[in-house]
Amino acid sequence: MTTVSSKTAAPRSVSGWRSAQSKRLLLTVVGWSVAVVIFFPIFWMILTGFKTETAAIADPSLIFSPTLESYQEVQARSGYARFALNSVAVAFGSTLLALLIAIPAAYAMAFLPTKRTKGTLLWMLSTKMLPSVGVLVPIYLIFRDVGLLDTRTGLIIVYTLMNLPIVVWMLYTFFKDMPKDILEAGRMDGASTLQEVLYLLLPLTLPGIASTGLLSVILSWNEAFWSLNLTTSNAAPLTAYIASFSSPEGLFWAKLSAASTMAIAPILILGWMTQKQMVRGLTFGAVK
Amino acid sequence: MTKPRASGRTVGGLRTLSLQAPAVILLLLWMIVPLGMTLWFSFQYYNLLMPGMTGFAGVENYQYLLTDPALWAAMGNTLLLVGWVLVITVVGGTLLAVLFQQEFAGRGIARVLAISPFFVMPTVSALVWKNMMMHPSNGVLAWLAESIGLPALDWFSALPLTSIVIIVAWQWLPFALLILLTAMQSLDEDQVEAARMDGAGPVAIFFFITLPHLKRAISVVIMIEMIFLLTIFAEIFVTTSGGPGLATTNLAYLIYIRALLDFDVGVASAGGVIAIILANIVAIFLVRMVAKNLED
Repeated sequence: MTTVSSKTAAPRSVSGWRSAQSKRLLLTVVGWSVAVVIFFPIFWMILTGFKTETAAIADPSLIFSPTLESYQEVQARSGYARFALNSVAVAFGSTLLALLIAIPAAYAMAFLPTKRTKGTLLWMLSTKMLPSVGVLVPIYLIFRDVGLLDTRTGLIIVYTLMNLPIVVWMLYTFFKDMPKDILEAGRMDGASTLQEVLYLLLPLTLPGIASTGLLSVILSWNEAFWSLNLTTSNAAPLTAYIASFSSPEGLFWAKLSAASTMAIAPILILGWMTQKQMVRGLTFGAVK
Repeated sequence: MTKPRASGRTVGGLRTLSLQAPAVILLLLWMIVPLGMTLWFSFQYYNLLMPGMTGFAGVENYQYLLTDPALWAAMGNTLLLVGWVLVITVVGGTLLAVLFQQEFAGRGIARVLAISPFFVMPTVSALVWKNMMMHPSNGVLAWLAESIGLPALDWFSALPLTSIVIIVAWQWLPFALLILLTAMQSLDEDQVEAARMDGAGPVAIFFFITLPHLKRAISVVIMIEMIFLLTIFAEIFVTTSGGPGLATTNLAYLIYIRALLDFDVGVASAGGVIAIILANIVAIFLVRMVAKNLED
């Protein structure tokens, strides 16, 4: 006992305490420096959004008189709101649809599993591995022929199917964590499947469903392969709108920054809130 | 097996089936129809600019594609892009996960800042880097270089692929960090403490305890990133359009050029088939791993 306690007590001496303090200080400095460097481009973009176009391309400076000019210009000249509305409609529309299709499927997989359930889940996961570019041509041609090119409906369909495997998978992991007895009790009391789902399952797993939905919204909001290839102007969401700033004619950095800041702000906040669930969904439960 | 149980099972099976049916059928269509069409087109003469020329092409599209130097340039670029981004994000992500696992003042906020780039849409990250960071005369990097007496670098013409690698790595480093940080949390602190008692230094602890613990999470990160990185598109689309020349054209971008700029559906589809095969090689390993995890 005495030998052990003398060993553990050693770092708690004054000099040990000092070295622990200086180690903590060093870690704080290094940790924050790394974080600031990684975050810098985002910080700089937010800052540039409040500059005038002249100030935006001048030598980098933290001191300037902030203006909302660019924010107003972005709306007045290009109708930012229209693209934002497309993003909202497409992200939430596809998420809602994916949840509607996925909830019954995940319910069945979690509570009425058969021999094939595992295989089905893995197969769903494997559809996610299909590279979009491999099916670009047929989807483009089908959409052209049925008039879905450059429509919100078209993008909603693609995003729903794109996120469906992740949504099913995440819901499945949340449903499986739910105690089975509660559903069992409901069934004993004569609840139908629909009642069981509506009055027992959904309220009890609401946090899980919400975070699944948020992940789907985030993924749809940021998707930039289909939005660039399937839309031109009418249905273009923010990812495609921001891409229009890539034309070399104008160096509209302040406007680009203002538009970008508005485009990423909601998702950045949602992302911060749902990091943990995000890991679960993105790794298909392989990392908990 | 008794009779009532068997029948109960069939009813349950039917219910399971009907509840899963919408999801399964939709995904099946989403997979089979375009896949079948891609495969079909890849064996056809099909150019939207030459409507007269149709019919079975045999392996001609593949032949054309495989002898096209652009394909090999694109394959090389894809490999370099995926390889470098993987090295940077996995090594960097592991080190950062160790760093952000330590206690320090304001760790929570520092973590949030460090994972933020992952939530930024690809077109925004690419344009912010291209303009505000890497612009040869007005960018922050040029200003930094000049202020320490170095000549400013014209990133996208001098080092085009490197520039794309930097942008993509910046987006995916936070992903690796996020996953590895989560995996770190299940690290057995007692084991680390015991090793420390036995006189193991931080380096030894990292290589003999932390790294083996993270092995599984690291392989998940590698595979998921590979699937996404194989078909990086938006970042190239808004910065270099695949150029100069073919310097930043990857497989995804080449298919896009053949399909939507040259309108050669046949050749583009053959390219699509190649991309699918490549992605599937990776996917098989990932699916196996997840399957193993489902069992425990």
